[in-house]
Amino acid sequence: MANLKNVTKKTKAQAMGMHSEVLTGRTQQKFFNPDEAENFYYFGTYDVDFNKRTDLDVKDLTAAEANKKIDDLMSQGYGTIVIKNPQGKHSLGVGILNKLNLIFEGSLGYFGIGSSDGPIVRINGRVGWSCAENLMAGKVVIEKNAGSCFGAAIRGGDLICKGSVGARTGIDMKGGTIIIGGDAGAFTGFMMQRGRIIILGNVGINLGDSMYDGTIFVGGEIGSYGSDAVDSELTKSDQDWLKRKLKVAEIGENFDVSKMKKIVAGKKLWNYDNLEPAEKKGAI
Amino acid sequence: MCGIAGLIHRGKSSKVGHELQGMLQALKHRGEDSTGYALYGDTDGKNFIMRFKVGENVGEGSTSVAEDVSVYDERKKIVDSYLAEMGAKIIKEERILPYSLRYEIEYNKKDLLEFSQKIESIPGVEILSMGKSLEVIKDLGNAKMVCDRYNLDKLVGTHAIGHARMATESGVDIKSAHPFWGYPFSDVSVVHNGQLTNYWNNRRALENKGMRFMSECDSELIAVYLAEKMRDGASLEEGMKESLTGLDGVFTYFVATKDSLGMAKDTMAAKPLVLYESDNLVAMGSEEIAIRSILPQEIDTYDPFDGEVKVWQI
Repeated sequence: MANLKNVTKKTKAQAMGMHSEVLTGRTQQKFFNPDEAENFYYFGTYDVDFNKRTDLDVKDLTAAEANKKIDDLMSQGYGTIVIKNPQGKHSLGVGILNKLNLIFEGSLGYFGIGSSDGPIVRINGRVGWSCAENLMAGKVVIEKNAGSCFGAAIRGGDLICKGSVGARTGIDMKGGTIIIGGDAGAFTGFMMQRGRIIILGNVGINLGDSMYDGTIFVGGEIGSYGSDAVDSELTKSDQDWLKRKLKVAEIGENFDVSKMKKIVAGKKLWNYDNLEPAEKKGAI
Repeated sequence: MCGIAGLIHRGKSSKVGHELQGMLQALKHRGEDSTGYALYGDTDGKNFIMRFKVGENVGEGSTSVAEDVSVYDERKKIVDSYLAEMGAKIIKEERILPYSLRYEIEYNKKDLLEFSQKIESIPGVEILSMGKSLEVIKDLGNAKMVCDRYNLDKLVGTHAIGHARMATESGVDIKSAHPFWGYPFSDVSVVHNGQLTNYWNNRRALENKGMRFMSECDSELIAVYLAEKMRDGASLEEGMKESLTGLDGVFTYFVATKDSLGMAKDTMAAKPLVLYESDNLVAMGSEEIAIRSILPQEIDTYDPFDGEVKVWQI
């Protein structure tokens, strides 16, 4: 193990060999290298036109068939796709890596919108477990409730649920923002490493348990704090950001943010000195 | 991973066998080693319905040992003689499969403990359910296969719970399949999705108090645990609330009685449950697609929170 007391590099993390590896792979090298930005090609993406709109009824389709149809429509340039009769099916709308206006007229099952990067999604129903898992960028709005593991491991984007969510919301999240209009269950923000969670209602037990970093804002009552989660001062800057975010998210615009509680990690468990992919993309 | 589903109609009866079949079939990807139904049918409430088995299904995937049908016949004969000894009169008898039987019995004593112990003292015989409304039907295969095999499609009643099982810690057989009867209480049944980590400690303690276990399936513990609480005077809801701390592990379970249906979720909310509730109907399952099989239109559903216990009456 590296001698952390005699480091010559900038940070302890770099001294331990982290964050300095050369990324390999065609897309990743271009993705992470600003000099290559103009040649940037993201495999599996399409240049779509938001004004080109179509409907897709998935009532009699499997998830794989439905996702293939969405891909086909994007390849034809459709930028606004309305999904009819999703009827709680699992894994719909996953792996969308370009901008797209995607509307679900109904509810989704597990893993909806997983591993996506860039789409704007509106779900006029409920979502099951692990909605938008690993989201990199974009905006996902759920009009009703959501199941557990909402926004697990997201790295960017805005994930908004106007109703209540289950347990472990934002588990392992590494960036982005999750906004909940109602209540949230136990272990919200479990092991979160970056990003922000806003809950306008009450939240269950073990809030922010083992969180490394990031911030949680709560408008209602807190069941209990998890290990390493502590209160922090709500600054004017926080309040301005909350107001702006709630307005953009079309949720709780008139909510009194001045009375919200701010929860952060009580210990500095690790250094995060490298930009997240979404941030790098912004820099590019 | 297993799947559970349940529904209760309030103020009316419906084809609950057909409805539950649809819900469980939608969950078959969660496990189809065995499927079980606890159906609460419309009856006149005079006689007991006893569902029992005199052997195991030894079909494909079964971990049971094959026995000759003559062995089943012999066991049935002993059951009939014991019933006569105890003053229980068989009103109607159905032998759906060589190993599975349904009796309607006129029996006037309220305590079913002595009755059940007597019947189950016959090696290879297990009462799957005993009640004036409850019928537990469980067998190997997915929901449709079991429903077709036992003609459950037309059963009319008020409520039902069921289970699609992926066998993990115990065998692929009927005795380890859910639902479990809340022995020796009339009309009590349980289904469970999860793992109980203090099974043996609880089992030893309950056996010392005279409770009976028929399998080594951890889920059976819930039925026995609740039965013991009720035997000591607790209400169903009180017993369920106590179970949140008395049972260790991760679980979502349903319990049903003659006129009620309840759910409990562990304090970590580690197992899934989606719930739909209206004035006329409560439907719930491990996944929303189970509910969608009976309510395809757009509806409002939610996940109950950690440590939640709910009970609904018909």
